[in-house]
Amino acid sequence: MSYRLINWFKLSSPYSFFPLAGRMIPWFWALALVFGVAGLYMGFFVAPTDATQGDSYRIIFLHVPASWLSMFIYIVMAFWAGMGLAFNTRLSSMWALSLAPTGALMAFLSLWTGALWGKPTWGAWWVWDARLTSELILLFLYLGFMALHAAIDEPRRADRAAAVLALVGVVNVPIIYFSVKWWNTLHQGSSVSMTKAPSMAQTMLWGMLLMALCFWMYSIAAALTRLRAVILEREAHTDWVLRLPEATA
Amino acid sequence: MLTVHNLTCVRGTRPLFTGVDFAVAPGSWAHVRGPNGVGKTSLLRILAGLAKPEEGEVRWNGEKIGGEEFRRELMYLGHRAAVKDDLTALENLVFAAEMDGATLSREHAEDALQRFGLAGREDLPVRFLSAGQKRRVLLARTVTRRAKLWILDEPFTALDVKAVDFLANLVAEHVKAGGMAVLTSHQAIPLAPGQVVEL
Amino acid sequence: MSSLRPPETARALGLAGTDAVLSEPQASPFKAMLSVLRRDLLLAMRRKAEVLTALFFFLIVSSLFPLGIGPEPALLRKIGPGVLWVGALLATMLGLQRMFYSDHLDGTLEQMVLSSAPLPLLVTGKVIAHWLVSGLPVVVLAPVLGLQFDLDPGALWILALGLLIGTPVLSLIGAVGAALTLGVRGGGALLSLLVLPLYIPTLIFGAGAVQAHLSGQGAGGHLSLLGALLALTLFFVPWATTAALRISLE
Repeated sequence: MSYRLINWFKLSSPYSFFPLAGRMIPWFWALALVFGVAGLYMGFFVAPTDATQGDSYRIIFLHVPASWLSMFIYIVMAFWAGMGLAFNTRLSSMWALSLAPTGALMAFLSLWTGALWGKPTWGAWWVWDARLTSELILLFLYLGFMALHAAIDEPRRADRAAAVLALVGVVNVPIIYFSVKWWNTLHQGSSVSMTKAPSMAQTMLWGMLLMALCFWMYSIAAALTRLRAVILEREAHTDWVLRLPEATA
Repeated sequence: MLTVHNLTCVRGTRPLFTGVDFAVAPGSWAHVRGPNGVGKTSLLRILAGLAKPEEGEVRWNGEKIGGEEFRRELMYLGHRAAVKDDLTALENLVFAAEMDGATLSREHAEDALQRFGLAGREDLPVRFLSAGQKRRVLLARTVTRRAKLWILDEPFTALDVKAVDFLANLVAEHVKAGGMAVLTSHQAIPLAPGQVVEL
Repeated sequence: MSSLRPPETARALGLAGTDAVLSEPQASPFKAMLSVLRRDLLLAMRRKAEVLTALFFFLIVSSLFPLGIGPEPALLRKIGPGVLWVGALLATMLGLQRMFYSDHLDGTLEQMVLSSAPLPLLVTGKVIAHWLVSGLPVVVLAPVLGLQFDLDPGALWILALGLLIGTPVLSLIGAVGAALTLGVRGGGALLSLLVLPLYIPTLIFGAGAVQAHLSGQGAGGHLSLLGALLALTLFFVPWATTAALRISLE
């Protein structure tokens, strides 16, 4: 299909995008599965045992991709929320809303796997490492976004208010990360740091990249599924929704 | 000249009103009517630029509303008294004027308040005034501020007969002098009939 | 601007010297900002209890920590800066609701949005008023409380200076949160959830400045970073708050 034949603006209406999303979802699940299997295989069977940390380091194959995704999703979410605010497009705001819980999940996963890594390696469930602390703050930012949206009854106003919050947050994320890093290096002379992971063997890097792709595909699949639910909820009063088989079920 | 074109307002998923079209020329006024809950207040807020319509647009002298010029020529009085309870009537008037970057001397503010029957109450915190008196403090702004377009939401509420007549006179004079007004009211408006916008 | 009150109307209304009564909007937006500032200060003076409550809260919270941790001087000196900064954060947050809520309730906020002065300037006026009422007293009180934590005069000075630069940042960031949660269910708690993560850099640099001084490294870097935060927020917040207010008023 040539670009000109696809009417891109038509896709920006919930009505047009709903069936398209439905068709895309299974593909993303499949991709997530493929990348996941490949990544886990690399991570658990191919990558060598680390000299200092033994096998417990392997949690980074979950921890690092989750961190990357949590930050990536926040930026994407803020971008689409901003689009919705600037151009008054409903679908953009709905997409931002759908992304938020997945991003929060990634941040939570990063924190949880970070704790699981910390215990056997450094003896503590929580170390005030710069990355972990920033992830915690990022989780709060996600929760704030979702809470603000949930607290406002009128959906369009909720979209816009949450968009302003997301944009303020996105500007703050680098500031927060920088300040936490500063704070961390000043207080901890020790070598406790998850950013200083064991020197990367090629296979380790591949494992992390594959897992990152897996999480990315999963995130898209999950967010698209959520988006379809949001569309149905918001457009419940329209003709095309009432004609859907789900509506008469 | 205020022009309203194809205005549609939506609350949640429910459309309040659709395709509203009318214009208010200098020297005329519009009476917005309709049953309770039909969206009269929403329409007035859209006209004032406080809310955005789902569809359609409002234009002032051909330009979209909301700019500084428009706000300078607009006076909007909504449901709420828009006065600070902890300030006196005088202070409320003076601060309201200063918010537009203007000055209002004490004598002139007192004068305006006296016109509205608030003589002797200028220095009381507005808390101690009755609902009708509170409304009149705000209405005193019609005298102290030049505005071409008056958008008044239920302005006659809680006013006694004399005050209703006085306000009606004010609006009539404003319109006669080339101003414009858009009003809603549950009561009969004691004015020469203007345009009726039925929602 | 042509007068809308021809002499006949004026006489009919019994107004003498009409043109003098009607105020002429001048192009002085800063005057409008100062007026809003004065108005908010006047209102705060008439509701002193509200204002003092936040200050007493700061006092109590700062005393809670030694009570919870123990009176050992070396330990207190270590936690002092952090405790005082957290107290300042919480005290500022208590007063944030006040910024727009009462204006929203009685309708004066709408009038502010509709006035011909630029809204970002009016917002700045409100934020300055909030800082004068909530932040400045903290700046003055903190060094006194710092004595409870056995901090030396140099450290107290850095603490006060940091708070002087940092509390306006807190008021500014808080303004965005207050505007976003205007009239929203669960406002107070939600406001805290939104605003506290954004306060963290200020906390880190402010408390860090005192700690840097105490460890002999000099507080210059931290204080400059605080200054940068102030500049950044002063520039962006009025616009963000204006957008948030318009959204909340829809």
